[in-house]
Amino acid sequence: MKQNLTAFWTHTKGSMRDLAPIVFVIGFFELAVLQQVPDGLFGILVGVVLVVIGLTFFIYGLELALFPIGDALAVALAKKGSVLLLLTFAFLLGFGTTIAEPALTAIANEASEIAAGAGAIANTEEALSNYVLGLRITVALSVGTALVLGVLRIILGWSLPLMIISGYVLVVIMTGVAPADIVGVAYDSGGVTTSTVTVPLVTALGVGLASSLRDRNPMTDGFGLIAFASLTPMIFVMAYGGIIQWL
Amino acid sequence: MAVITAGIMTILYTALDVLPIVLFIFGFQTLILRKPLPHLKRLLAGLGFVILGLGLFLIGLEMALFPLGREMAEQLTSPESLVGEVGDWQAYVWVYVFALAIGFATTIAEPALLAVSMKAHDVSGGAISVWGLRVAVALGVAVGVALGTYRIITGLPLHYFIMVGYVIVVIQTIWAPKLIIPLAYDSGGVTTSTVTVPLITALGLGLAETIPGRSPLLDGFGLVAFASLFPIIAVLTYAQLTEHLEKRNANRQQEKDRYEPGRLEES
Repeated sequence: MKQNLTAFWTHTKGSMRDLAPIVFVIGFFELAVLQQVPDGLFGILVGVVLVVIGLTFFIYGLELALFPIGDALAVALAKKGSVLLLLTFAFLLGFGTTIAEPALTAIANEASEIAAGAGAIANTEEALSNYVLGLRITVALSVGTALVLGVLRIILGWSLPLMIISGYVLVVIMTGVAPADIVGVAYDSGGVTTSTVTVPLVTALGVGLASSLRDRNPMTDGFGLIAFASLTPMIFVMAYGGIIQWL
Repeated sequence: MAVITAGIMTILYTALDVLPIVLFIFGFQTLILRKPLPHLKRLLAGLGFVILGLGLFLIGLEMALFPLGREMAEQLTSPESLVGEVGDWQAYVWVYVFALAIGFATTIAEPALLAVSMKAHDVSGGAISVWGLRVAVALGVAVGVALGTYRIITGLPLHYFIMVGYVIVVIQTIWAPKLIIPLAYDSGGVTTSTVTVPLITALGLGLAETIPGRSPLLDGFGLVAFASLFPIIAVLTYAQLTEHLEKRNANRQQEKDRYEPGRLEES
C-alpha cells in the first residue's frame, strides 16, 4: 500500500511538471499581454487540479493495462503464427478505433459543410449526413489499411522510409488532382485519427511484435505503425473527395 | 450540480470511447486466440484508471484550460490586439508568440506523446531520453503552429508548405541515424490529440474569421497538418545533433587517450 502511494506521488509530481508549461503560458498571456484576470478563478483552479489527477491516473493505468495488453496480444498473435489472423486483427483494430473517434466526427461534419458550400453535394440534411458517414468510413478504412501495411512491414522487414516517402509522393500527386476544397480536410484528417488510447495500444503492439519475431529489432521495426495511420487518411480522403465530385 | 452531471457524462463518454476497443480485444483473446489475458484483475483495474483518468483530464481541460485558451485565441486575433493593420502579417506578433508557446506547452502535456516516449526510452535501453524526445517534438509543434498561423494570415497555399516540409523530411532521412527514423515518423501522428487539437483549432478559426478574404471553413483547417509534420523534422534534427555531439565527444576522448597512454593501459 505504501509502495503504491509512493508510486502515485511520483506520478503526480510528473503530471504537475507536464502541465506547468500550459498554466504558465495561459497565465502569462492573461496577466502580461491581455492584462485581465479571468472570471471564475476558483473553477479554473479546480479544473487544473482535476487535469493533474486525471493525467496521473491515466499514466498509472497505461503502465498497468494498456502497455501489457498490447504486449500480450502481440506475443499471443506471434505465437499463433497465422499471418492472416494477425492482419485481420490489425485491420479491425484500426477500423474499429477510428470509426467512433469523436475528433473525426467533428472534422467530418465541418468537411460536409465545405462540400455543400462548394456545390459538390446537395445542401440537404440527407446528403450532408451521407457525406459525413462516407468520410468516416473512408478514414476508418484508411487506418485499418495502414495497420495492415504496417504489420506486414514488420513481418517482412520492408523499408519504412521507402514506404512513407512513396506515400508522400502519392499525397503530392493527389493534391494536384483532388478538388481544392478537400485538401485542407484531408491533410488534417491524418492528424486526428490517432487518439490517446489507440496510440499506446498500437505502439505496444508494434514493439511487442518486433520483439517476438526473430531478426527484427523493436526499435527500428517496432515503431512506424502510427506513421502509416497518419499518412493513409490523407490519401484516402483526397480520393473520396475526387470520387464524390466525379460522380 | 450541473457541473457534477456534466462531469459524470464526460466520464461516461470516455468509457463509451474506450469500451468498444476493450471488448474487441478481450473478445479476440478469448474467442479466437483462446488464451485468457494474464493478470486479468490488474488489467481491469488499470483500464479503470485509464477511463477515470482520461475522463477527469477532459473535465479539467473543459473547466479550465480550453475556455481560457479559446477566449485568448479570439482576443489575440481581434483587431484591438494587433500592432498594425488587419491582414498585415507583421501586425500579428502576439499571435505568433502565442502559437509558439501554446504549441510547445500543449504538446508537453499530451498523454499519448508521454506514452510513446516511455516506450521508446524502454526499448532503446535508455539511449533515448523521455524528456529529450518530448521537448524535440514540442519544439516541432511550436514552430509548425506558428508557421501555420503565418500561412493563414498571408493566405499562402497550404500544400506549398507541406510539400517543402516533405522534401526536408526526405533529405533528413538520408542522413539521420537509422535507429530514430521510425520513431520520428511516428511522432508526427502522436502529437495531435486530446490537448493540442482543440486549442490550435480555436486559434486557426479565430484568425480565419477576423481576416477579410479568409474562410473559416477553408483556412481554419491545416494547422493540425503543420503540427503533425514539423515534429518529424524536429526529432530527426534532434537525433542528428545528438549523434554529432556524441561523435565529437568520442573523438575528443580519443585524442585525450592518445596523449595519456598510461590511462589506456590501465583500462
